Amino acid sequence: MGIEQFIDNEVKNSDVVLFMKGTPQFPMCGFSGQLVQILDYLGVPYKGLNVLDNEDLRNGIKTYSNWPTIPQLYVKGEFVGGCDIVREMFQAGELQGLLKNKGLAVKENAQA
Amino acid sequence: MPAQQVITDKLHAAFKPASLRVVDESDQHAGHAGARPGGETHFRIDIVADAFRGKSRVECHRLIYATLAGELAAGLHALAIHAAAPDENAR
Repeated sequence: MGIEQFIDNEVKNSDVVLFMKGTPQFPMCGFSGQLVQILDYLGVPYKGLNVLDNEDLRNGIKTYSNWPTIPQLYVKGEFVGGCDIVREMFQAGELQGLLKNKGLAVKENAQA
Repeated sequence: MPAQQVITDKLHAAFKPASLRVVDESDQHAGHAGARPGGETHFRIDIVADAFRGKSRVECHRLIYATLAGELAAGLHALAIHAAAPDENAR
């Protein structure tokens, strides 16, 4: 299976997927760590994929999304954004709205 | 030419911004995997330009990434971006 097919399967088989450096337990990059904090705060289950484990994945995800940096957040197979965009959406309440619109539960008290 | 100047010049040429601020934040990421000796790996870009009017955040960032594709391929590691059109809220 090619890396593009692998990525496509991953983002379509999990509701929320975070391509990151390190793991949700041990982020290896401040930007990845910020998105872990936001997702954990919202209480949304997500799958973290560590691009540092796999050079093909690290390069492949940039091509897949036409986005040159990591982290990258996907919801229901759609690219949402990188660190700045997701943080701004969270602070504006838009991320919570997006997740709810996609049928995903967000902690009720999780306001920006 | 310093990378900060190259980035500033390219963004000016591409977007004719009403305002533009490019800050080298590489020293905040020293020791990080994307850092390199000499810095010039991490920049913050605050840009206001008509080119971003009506575009989504992802579209705005993609336009900027496309403009700086050569730099990103050559060692520029990460950009923190705020892009907006005049009179729009910063996003």
